[in-house]
Amino acid sequence: MTGKYRKVAYYPGCALEGTGHAYNRSTKEVGKALGLDLVELENWNCCGAMEVKNLDPKLQTYLSARNLAIAQKMGLDTVMAPCNGCYHNLKKAEHDLAQDAASREVVGRLSEKAGDETYEAGGVTTIHALDWIKEAIGEEELKARTKNSLQGLKIANYYGCMYTRPRHIFPEKDKGPGSESTAKPHFMDDLLAAAGAECVDYPLKTACCGGAHTLSDSDISTKLVLNLLTTAEACSADVIATECPTCHTGLEMHQVRAEKVFGRKTRVKILYFTQLLGMAFGLSARRVGVQENLSDAAALLREKGLGR
Amino acid sequence: MNPSPIASQAGVMDRIEEILAAPDAALASGLSAVAQELLGLGETIIARWIEAQGGIPTQERWEGFRVLALQRQGAKGDPSFNACRETCRELVYHRNLVVLDPGHPEVAHRLRLAAMVARHLALFIDGKLAIAGLGAFCCSSRPLREREDVRPAEILQA
Repeated sequence: MTGKYRKVAYYPGCALEGTGHAYNRSTKEVGKALGLDLVELENWNCCGAMEVKNLDPKLQTYLSARNLAIAQKMGLDTVMAPCNGCYHNLKKAEHDLAQDAASREVVGRLSEKAGDETYEAGGVTTIHALDWIKEAIGEEELKARTKNSLQGLKIANYYGCMYTRPRHIFPEKDKGPGSESTAKPHFMDDLLAAAGAECVDYPLKTACCGGAHTLSDSDISTKLVLNLLTTAEACSADVIATECPTCHTGLEMHQVRAEKVFGRKTRVKILYFTQLLGMAFGLSARRVGVQENLSDAAALLREKGLGR
Repeated sequence: MNPSPIASQAGVMDRIEEILAAPDAALASGLSAVAQELLGLGETIIARWIEAQGGIPTQERWEGFRVLALQRQGAKGDPSFNACRETCRELVYHRNLVVLDPGHPEVAHRLRLAAMVARHLALFIDGKLAIAGLGAFCCSSRPLREREDVRPAEILQA
């Protein structure tokens, strides 16, 4: 245990209260199992995701900044966001407020109008769930906490497109050994390997999942996801591990759709990395919400002796 | 390397599928050539997108590879294009694995992975070609929203 990030503000975001509920549940359970305190932000709001950002990027900056201001008011200096979209938006708000006077002006004006504290850049650090576990616990401690090794489980780690892009909003990445890489992220690989898994070399770990096309051209999304799935299978993966509710849902939905529309069945299972870590710490599959997933991993988990 | 002479995006995809469907024995005689061809297909895919935006595809190289220079060119003014940055790098990486170590016991597998990466690039660009307004950043559709007075059919044709 490093002592870092023992107590952080928790920003679940909208997706973790809906389709990503299993991620919410498993993140909290993993925190409990590791003795890490997650203090949910009081009266948090939407990060502005894509909908608001599409209409007015500075309004999105305000919405994200409001969440950071809440953390500060609660006396917490770190916000942990497990969703890539939320994580990305909070980081972007931090960057814009530090670099762009027009963003500061809009955030100041809207905060005053809403009666909120105005957030100033540098007050709070935003981290992802991967940073949280990697830096609070570390691989050695994680190995020591592993009761049910993930040994024999081959995992393709899928990070999606927003965890590392654009590079300039993640100044802490690409700082050499120990830091995360934007070209070839590895924190999820490191954590799951420490829990005993065999992480395969997956060439599409940051490739597009077609989220942009889900409504406008579902077939393109399905084909992109199908390629992610078949490539994972070509790499001999049993499981694709995810760290974002949007990616996770997209992979699950289009796995089903690929079979229905294109007659292409794939066997690879999709699980949140927190579900896998939770089961490695001895938690049951139910406790980490595996039954909430669309992708039915029950037989695989039984075979590997996990989640009982 | 010059782009593949394949004329259409569908032709590119057909060729990639052909490579993926070929038995190892059929690929064995020309592994390096096929890896190089996949790199060329990657160049063709991106060059076609740049042309569709009214640009002239660069002949420059970045870190020794034209596909990387083309990707950088495509990302200028369209940050969402960076969603294929690592896909292009993986294509180069897998091409290098095959060309620089053709005797490796897993060389056919590496070539197939290169083809799967190329397929992802082709699908990604296909989507962008189909719906040009998508993408101030990845899932963002700001250019479409900014034109809400325009009817959907007109947007799709834009």
